[in-house]
Amino acid sequence: MSTSTPSAETALPRFRRDPDGTHPALLSPEYGSTRLRAPLQAPVDLPQRLTELTGPVLGEGLVRPDDADLTRRYAEEPGGQRIIVSGRLLDNDGRPIPDSLVEIWQANAAGRYHHDQDNWPAPLDPNFDGMGRTLTDAEGRYSFTTVKPGAYPWKNHQNAWRPAHIHFSLFGRSFTQRLVTQMYFPDDPLFGQDPIFNSVPEAARDRMIAAFSLQDTRPNWALAFTFDIILRGSDATPFESEGS
Amino acid sequence: MNQPSLLSTPSQTVGPFLSIGMTWERGEHVVPAGTPGSFWIRGLLLDGAGEPVPDGAIETWQADPYGQFAHAVTPFGSATHGFSGFGRSLTGPGGRYGVLTVKPGRVDDGAGGLQAPHLDGSVFARGLLHRVVMRIYFADEIDANAVDPVLSALPDDQARSTLIAVPDRAGDYTLDIRLQGDRETVFFAV
Repeated sequence: MSTSTPSAETALPRFRRDPDGTHPALLSPEYGSTRLRAPLQAPVDLPQRLTELTGPVLGEGLVRPDDADLTRRYAEEPGGQRIIVSGRLLDNDGRPIPDSLVEIWQANAAGRYHHDQDNWPAPLDPNFDGMGRTLTDAEGRYSFTTVKPGAYPWKNHQNAWRPAHIHFSLFGRSFTQRLVTQMYFPDDPLFGQDPIFNSVPEAARDRMIAAFSLQDTRPNWALAFTFDIILRGSDATPFESEGS
Repeated sequence: MNQPSLLSTPSQTVGPFLSIGMTWERGEHVVPAGTPGSFWIRGLLLDGAGEPVPDGAIETWQADPYGQFAHAVTPFGSATHGFSGFGRSLTGPGGRYGVLTVKPGRVDDGAGGLQAPHLDGSVFARGLLHRVVMRIYFADEIDANAVDPVLSALPDDQARSTLIAVPDRAGDYTLDIRLQGDRETVFFAV
């Protein structure tokens, strides 16, 4: 190989691989849909070059002011327990990730999604679509006001129920940091029988569970849960030493 | 290497109702319709039985035609004005995806050479507990593809062909993505 020449790439950080025990195995047969959809070949190592080290700037035209409040989008308020879900987007060195798009989607309080493929007999709520979107602030903080989603049955196995959850989609700063996950609620009795929750190695499961926060409740208005999301961190970067 | 102080949040599937949260107006337009030199990259997202995956999403990330990225924090060059470099296409009942884009320029390979024009892709779906990562190359970039370090590291032409979009007479490209099976797409650990 020729000697590396100085380039933009050499000044960008490399993102650490997450250790084993962090993410689910793609083939997790108890979750039936993985059986025909999980790739069976071992993935090929892709060294991180410019395409992997960079990522899009998203937000303009995608996030409207009311997108962070899922309870005020229609004429009436949706049914259910009003909650505030907030937290920080950080990398695993604890560095906040500012100005980054956070997308959520969820079922309504009865456990029904506003989607034409969800047709189990729980009521739709004409005042709830279940979509939320925001940008993290300068300290990596985000906050959504919504209602607590209900649990719902699905056909994975006999009498299967998904624990209540909110889907989260995160971008971070680079293609490599992209993550989609689900946030769960504390002490859900449905955890034990859910193959999606349990696809994650046991020691890592509690990182998907929000914490109840009395401090973040809005008195006489809403309960509150906090959920910090941690993305892959990088080796020290020039940006760090330059400060902000 | 630093010791990380916080452990990464685990991945979970987007589930079947991803369109509620992931639908963007013109998300599949990396460039606006009518952009000179623009074309579609289209294909099917298929499962291990060869059936279309109707509840999936393909996201693409690429350099502009000059090989520059519209990256948030890079001080190393800005991309064409108005060029986001990012596309998102949700599959529908037929498992089809498509992004309207322009061909990216060649990008430094970090070892004194250039990579062939390519897009990085993320694939999400119900039944995928973690996104899978692939690349999209172009069949009409024969010379560049021949020296691309990522394509060159693959075992054979059959593997390479799973990542190379084929042009048609209209100037659009086709690449099917196979999650599993005989002609399984080459996916990467990044």
